[in-house]
Amino acid sequence: MLEQYGAIAILAGVAFIFPFIPLIASAMIHIRRPTHEKLLAYECGIDTIGRSWVQFKSSYFLYALAFVLFDVETAFLYPWAVVFRSMNAPAFLAMFVFMAILLLGLWYAWKKGALEWK
Amino acid sequence: MQESASLWVGLGRAIKQAVLAATGAPWVAELVHTLAGVVGILSIILLSALVLVYLERKVCAWMQMRLGPNRLGPYGIFQTIADIIKLMTKEDIQPAQVSPVMWGLAPVLLFMAAMTTYAVIPFDAGVIFADLNIGIFFFVAVGSQATLPMLMAGWASNNKYAMVGGMRTVAQMISYEIPLVFSLLGVVMITGSMKMSDIVKAQEGLWFIVTQPIAFVVYLIASVAETNRTPFDLVEAESELVAGPFTEYSGMRWAYFFLAEYAFMVGASCIAATLFLGGWNGPFLPGWIWFFIKVAAMIFLFMWFRWTFPRIRVDQLMSFGWKVLLPLSIVNVVVTGIGLWLFFPLV
Amino acid sequence: MENGGLMHTLAFFLLSGITLAAAMGVVFKRNLVHSAFLLSVTFLGVAGLYMTLQAEFMAAVQALVYSGAVAVLVVIGVMLTHRQQMSRSNPPNKMLLVGALAALSVVGAIVWAILATPWKVGKGSVVTAGDIGRRFLTDFAPPFEAVALLLLAALIGAVVLFKGGKAQS
Repeated sequence: MLEQYGAIAILAGVAFIFPFIPLIASAMIHIRRPTHEKLLAYECGIDTIGRSWVQFKSSYFLYALAFVLFDVETAFLYPWAVVFRSMNAPAFLAMFVFMAILLLGLWYAWKKGALEWK
Repeated sequence: MQESASLWVGLGRAIKQAVLAATGAPWVAELVHTLAGVVGILSIILLSALVLVYLERKVCAWMQMRLGPNRLGPYGIFQTIADIIKLMTKEDIQPAQVSPVMWGLAPVLLFMAAMTTYAVIPFDAGVIFADLNIGIFFFVAVGSQATLPMLMAGWASNNKYAMVGGMRTVAQMISYEIPLVFSLLGVVMITGSMKMSDIVKAQEGLWFIVTQPIAFVVYLIASVAETNRTPFDLVEAESELVAGPFTEYSGMRWAYFFLAEYAFMVGASCIAATLFLGGWNGPFLPGWIWFFIKVAAMIFLFMWFRWTFPRIRVDQLMSFGWKVLLPLSIVNVVVTGIGLWLFFPLV
Repeated sequence: MENGGLMHTLAFFLLSGITLAAAMGVVFKRNLVHSAFLLSVTFLGVAGLYMTLQAEFMAAVQALVYSGAVAVLVVIGVMLTHRQQMSRSNPPNKMLLVGALAALSVVGAIVWAILATPWKVGKGSVVTAGDIGRRFLTDFAPPFEAVALLLLAALIGAVVLFKGGKAQS
């Protein structure tokens, strides 16, 4: 099994290094004539007003939080999905209780309008 | 399995034996065999991108009753080559305000995530880079790494369009990742394994698209959204955000975003073909040709979507993901669970 | 491979190095957003370490949940906070001595825990995702449900925080 992951490490390593080859090749042949205007932030020809690193609205954070919670749930669901057919009834029901509790959370968020994009 | 299924397996074995005979060291042979697989995956990604850039424009043209690229070579088939030469020789502008290291790394990391997912795609019986026990979960885990590079690109560009695009990408990708992951669960439940080869073998009789139609539809929609393609291309909505996170990129760096996007699209099509369309299973033809046909059909579907549906609004996007796809995928899991446990328990 | 042991050791030190270097970056980088992104590298390094322990499912969960979700949450959280100057958002402070003492005491506690634990060499069988699922549904069913309650509480807490802020403004 570790050999497989060793192979994947090699794959990931090549995947990391490979993009630099065309980038370097391109750097060697392309023209380079930077001017002040060219290096400005692209904004339809108008100079940027204020900073770009601005504060974002909090609804992004709420979605991210809900995402983390459901992501954690998947980590529990996959092991269950693999074995549930060979388990007895209480074990089978345990998962549905688990899912029901989380659905309660989704229903609450829905009801409170937290899933609304404003 | 099939007679000609051994074509690629045989090639791999021949390489291994040739190296073993030449060097006498088993680990060198093993390493060369692995590297051959890496080269194989790399060429699949590059070739498919080469063909898809051209095909996308042709398919679009046909759907709009136009001719599409037709100047370079017969039917314009050399168009992509010209595009590559153009991109290679283009000036690589690094705007003054960017955060250089992160800005430069973002496209590379995105491509890295895209390419690593190919490790678990079974192109034919025995032709899989690593047939992991957690196969499909590996795809999900590595695929989820695509969110951060997009955010990185958006933030490091230090440009308002890029920033808004980057934040939108995150909101969209995290909202559709959950339905995507849940839709794959049904297949794992039926198979009782996350191993790709087991999943394909379980479909020798009946493809899972028949038993899991809801999951297939949810997966299809969610993967269109995950790859940021129209109608879910709010991230790079040209008419409002210039090019989203890619605004400040030019030349080859910009090309990498598109290479990664195509790699993700082909990867998502491969997973759809494997999990729902029976993978390499099929009569008469060799397995890899069947796989190719199924993946091509899926890619055509992706392109068809792109030129059929208009872009949706952000609020529609979010409510569709959370209020339609997520409940639908959960219902699918529950129904599949009850059905399987009542009628096909393994106890 | 014949020199699998060597490769294994090399992989361990490489991954530990990446994890530690990224963790140092999280602490010492002046830009908070850079720190947040480096955090995801730390998480991936830990995922790699799980892999060397043959816990492949745990490694994938680590990558999916921590690097794919928690790191995104942290980055968004950092971006939500309003800073005058991003490049100096993670300034060093004068608590170096106190910080070093706190760090040392944590290291001490961990070392003590490692030395005090009677380590047993495992049977060498690989724990699969199926094994984990079976344990969840049998021996560990009550904690398993408790996790669901915890997640529910977190979700409700998030919604209340979000909505509460809305009502007052």
